[in-house]
Amino acid sequence: MLKIEDLTVEVNGKTLLRDVNLEVKKGYTNVLFGPNGAGKTALMRTIMGFSEYKVVKGQILFNDENITGMPVDERARRGLGIMMQRPPDMSGIKLKDLVRVASKGKKDPETLAEKLDMKRFLDRDVNVGFSGGEIKRSELLQLEAQDPSLYLLDEPESGVDLVSIEQVGLTIKGLLEEGICPGESCNKGKSALIITHTGQILDYVKADRGYILCNGTVMCSGNPLKMLDEIKNRGYEECIKCRLMM
Amino acid sequence: MQTDDVNLKKRAESAASKKAAFGEDFELEKYEEGSKLSKPIENLQTLDEDSKKTLLQVGVVPSEEGRSGSFLVVDNTVSHSSLKDKNVELMSTHKALEKYEWLKDYSWKLVQVDADKYTAKAYLEDADGYFVRVPAGKKSAMPVQTCLMLGSKKVSQTVHNIIVVEEEASLDIITGCTSKKGVEEGLHLGITEMYVKKGATLNFTMIHNWAEQIGVRPRTVVHVEEGGTYISNYICLKPVRSVQAYPTVKLEGKGAVTRLSTIAIAHPGSELDLGSRAIFNAPETRAELISRTITIGGRIIARGEMIANAKGAKGHLECKGLVLGKGSQLAIPILEANIDDVELTHEAAVGKIAKDQVEYLMARGLTEEEAVGMIVRGFLDVGIRGIPDELRNEIENTITQTAFGS
Repeated sequence: MLKIEDLTVEVNGKTLLRDVNLEVKKGYTNVLFGPNGAGKTALMRTIMGFSEYKVVKGQILFNDENITGMPVDERARRGLGIMMQRPPDMSGIKLKDLVRVASKGKKDPETLAEKLDMKRFLDRDVNVGFSGGEIKRSELLQLEAQDPSLYLLDEPESGVDLVSIEQVGLTIKGLLEEGICPGESCNKGKSALIITHTGQILDYVKADRGYILCNGTVMCSGNPLKMLDEIKNRGYEECIKCRLMM
Repeated sequence: MQTDDVNLKKRAESAASKKAAFGEDFELEKYEEGSKLSKPIENLQTLDEDSKKTLLQVGVVPSEEGRSGSFLVVDNTVSHSSLKDKNVELMSTHKALEKYEWLKDYSWKLVQVDADKYTAKAYLEDADGYFVRVPAGKKSAMPVQTCLMLGSKKVSQTVHNIIVVEEEASLDIITGCTSKKGVEEGLHLGITEMYVKKGATLNFTMIHNWAEQIGVRPRTVVHVEEGGTYISNYICLKPVRSVQAYPTVKLEGKGAVTRLSTIAIAHPGSELDLGSRAIFNAPETRAELISRTITIGGRIIARGEMIANAKGAKGHLECKGLVLGKGSQLAIPILEANIDDVELTHEAAVGKIAKDQVEYLMARGLTEEEAVGMIVRGFLDVGIRGIPDELRNEIENTITQTAFGS
């Protein structure tokens, strides 16, 4: 579904990502680990197409189509949806209205908000004065309205208190598993690429494959839970060494 | 009293060619004095379709549905005055001055006749206009609508309005200032003096909709007493040659509150010099001055001034301007504290729409155009929050039609 090939990305002339290769198959939930400043957010925002990220080499394929130079909105219409870590304050735009347009008028904001306990935020300006947890729920609410086929989730657990983590985790689980019937193969559901720093989200979401991003490039990939154990026990340094030895 | 009049006349005459502090200087001689003898209009519904549309665009409903009363000035003639609401008095300023001896103490007491040549001209021409009063404890059931229309080419219109909201009374008023279709050039000089008495509330909405060669010089001063509230919303979204206004609210009683919002769009060739000023002359008074302006080719000067002279005064000034394409924005906030124990703050920002905001919406599937539209509408919308829903819907429609319509 998503295939990233030899991707090199610059922001303001500075290289943030080098020769990144990564894949998310249909129905898969892949996880992106990496220390702070590794380029995880940059990769995710490049996939979504934000204009400050200049692809200088390589390509991004989505459902076999090259979307590398495509504007953000066209990517969204093809099924990419992002949950941002620090979305901008949207003064004057009510959450209700954004949810409505994101769903193309097909879903009722009230009903969607009810589930995420966000009803009282519908008349608020999007992100203005929202707490960390409220931002996550607001992003999820918008994503649910948008109904993408590939979810790009940038640290869904960061800045969220313990109680809200469960809500956020279960909501994401619900979104990703939507449409899957028991017994059906996993490729019926939604796909996702999730950035996680702590791995907490893996308590709720079953991940298929993990990637470790260090210094702007993918160091290794493998079983996400095993990787998480390694990272927890030995930190990312081990990972970098491992790569050097390869 | 007689000597008062003589004094005022002398002062006005001495200011007959006094330039205003701000804005383009209009040569008054180039404009013919607006007629005081236009024909009366019994029923606004009998106006031609174009004129009815013109009224509607400034929030004035020809059917008078949902309005407590209606008042229309065309050039310098009071053409229509009707009233349904027993709680409100509505008549021409001249009639009111005949009827109420006490009104002399309100007329030309807030706006100075010698402020500049425009106020002087209005005084010397004995300008008429609307008088609205709500007796103590009464409340207008629905907004009163007034319309000041330039009806003839190349004339100057001078208007003098007085609003008195007595103790614990409440009034909503919508004033639409506009020019008749085909009248592209002219001058509008509008004097408005407003009195908000103890515990009273005045909600004043003014919508301007002029044409490309029209000069507009409103002169407004508001006096708010103890516990009184004055809320003003000013909207100017269509092309105009020049508007220069700097309404001043004097908070004269303890706990008086005011909120002034301005939303405006400057088209190519337009100069909008729009300010608001709050003077805190009594303890624990509050003010919020908000300006949201967009230039799509014209020049905008957003002024704001707060002068705190009494303890516990608290004010916030917010000027935000967007530059879309060519055009210029100048924000000039002034804060003056003449005593300790006051809190005045300001926030000013001018520039283009933030790219990250546009792309955030695009990531939800909106096209760039839709995203910009939504941001711009939201930007202006913040400026008109807190006004009655029904009226807000009308203004939102106006925004949609004028700013985004073809």
